Amino acid sequence: MSTDVSLTFSDVSMIFPDGTHALDQITFTVDPGEFVALVGPSGCGKSTLLRIASGLTEHTGGVCDVPRDSIGYVFQDATLLPWRTVQRNVELLGEFHNMAKAERATRASDAIELVGLAGHEDKFPKQLSGGMQMRASVARSLVMEPKVFLFDEPFGALDEITRERLNDELLSLFRTKEFAGVFVTHSIAEAVFLSTRVITMSARPGRIISDIAIPFDYPRNPELRYEPEFAELCGDVSNSLKVAHA
Amino acid sequence: MTETVDRSIEPSSARTSSAEPSSAEPSSIETSAVGAARGSAGVDDAANEVPSEVAARTAEMRQVLDRKRARDARLNWLAPLITFGLIIGVWYFISYVRMDEVRRRTALPPPHQVLTDGFLVWHDRKGIRPILESLLVTGRVALIGLAISVVLGIVVAIVMNTAKWAEKSIFPYAVVLQVTPILALVPLLRNWFGFGIASRVVVCVLIAIFPVITNTLFGLQSAQQRHHDLFALHGVSSLTRLTKLELPGAMPAIFTGLRIAAGGCVIGAVVGDFFFRQGAIGVGRLLDNYQKDTRIPELITATICACIFGIVIFAFVGWLSNRMLRSWHDSAGADT
Repeated sequence: MSTDVSLTFSDVSMIFPDGTHALDQITFTVDPGEFVALVGPSGCGKSTLLRIASGLTEHTGGVCDVPRDSIGYVFQDATLLPWRTVQRNVELLGEFHNMAKAERATRASDAIELVGLAGHEDKFPKQLSGGMQMRASVARSLVMEPKVFLFDEPFGALDEITRERLNDELLSLFRTKEFAGVFVTHSIAEAVFLSTRVITMSARPGRIISDIAIPFDYPRNPELRYEPEFAELCGDVSNSLKVAHA
Repeated sequence: MTETVDRSIEPSSARTSSAEPSSAEPSSIETSAVGAARGSAGVDDAANEVPSEVAARTAEMRQVLDRKRARDARLNWLAPLITFGLIIGVWYFISYVRMDEVRRRTALPPPHQVLTDGFLVWHDRKGIRPILESLLVTGRVALIGLAISVVLGIVVAIVMNTAKWAEKSIFPYAVVLQVTPILALVPLLRNWFGFGIASRVVVCVLIAIFPVITNTLFGLQSAQQRHHDLFALHGVSSLTRLTKLELPGAMPAIFTGLRIAAGGCVIGAVVGDFFFRQGAIGVGRLLDNYQKDTRIPELITATICACIFGIVIFAFVGWLSNRMLRSWHDSAGADT
């Protein structure tokens, strides 16, 4: 798959009509094959930044250059349609883009297999656990083979064990599918474990405080979380957030 | 890759283990502890080797629960049955103790006479047969009215949902429709739709369409913002949004409206029989005739039949709603 796509934010600012100053001169790029984690306190505009990147929200200043035709967006909750089975939920985006029925079904099956939901195709969302719903949600985005993947705190509502397992699986997806990713999270450990770079943001109005490279090679083992270097990087991220709040 | 949350495993294995209190030795505590430590993979093994006193206690608790459930189930039909008996008793009391013979004949004949002169008589002009025939007429009017109300109501709600101005301009008049007494419209309806079946159907629609409109509109507008975001992200047309998001999401609300409308249509059809007497005789007209001719047992029979008819339609819509929605919607059929 070609990975000649990059996201560019230059001086992106956002002031809502009610006067809320959400983002202030955000500038960074995400190159092909990069996985950037955005970390910051609640309300710092991380999610707003993703909405701007995807075109759901219009920004009020600066330039945001994102290939809109190939975006996968995983929301804070699974946003599955409760009246559709897993299979039909995963086929939804194919229906939007008039994909042929047979291809839609094959792609959906592949995606379901890939996220480990094989055998659950005929279940309705309410029959799934939170983690399984999130897998279905990721599978739904995978069907369109996006070159850019935006994750808006997708695993925030899950328990620690499930979250770590899904992180491991997301990494293997990242390696096989080679998309450029932006991952918004509250969890420093999650950010460091997943990404090639961690960008920390200040409280509102959101500004970039630091841009920390995470040098670990992929594939990353779950045990990486217990290495001293890992802890050190988490400490760096944590410190940069603290400095901003001091 | 598979997750541990498979809800079906745990309760069922617990049930099989407790149904037959296992006679395992106390020494099995060790193995079950090991099984637990091995995690979910060992659940089945561990459950088979529960210490006997634990299993016995579990079985006991289950029995208590089962007894309670059986009691509740019994109550479901026993309680209404007792009420029924009480009503019959009070009926007999009023009929024989509180009334003289004339009043008993003209106001409240005893229950068994309703059976012998009403329900159990099969004759062209007497008893239950004309009542059932009139119910067919009334039923057809009610169902046609219901069908028109549902189709028209959903269409109007969809139009109102497409634009705020459409909603604002239609809604007040839907309310006017709802609060206008049907009686006040009877003379106009006679002029416009005649004295027959058509006017009866119109009465049904006038009564039933409002709940369909309001519930459908509420359902269409209850689609969540996050789902709208998902659809917006892919630039879908408003028609796709309607058919793949708003309408399916509105189904539970539409069925709620449908239930209210079904009840309303039965009332509307019976009321229509009263005022629009040309054409086939409906049960409302029959009730009126029996009252005028003091054929009280048949009057009561017809009333009860009309009630049962209403209940059947209501229950049918409830059953349909439950059948269509229960796979994905939690509250579907909860109150049937």
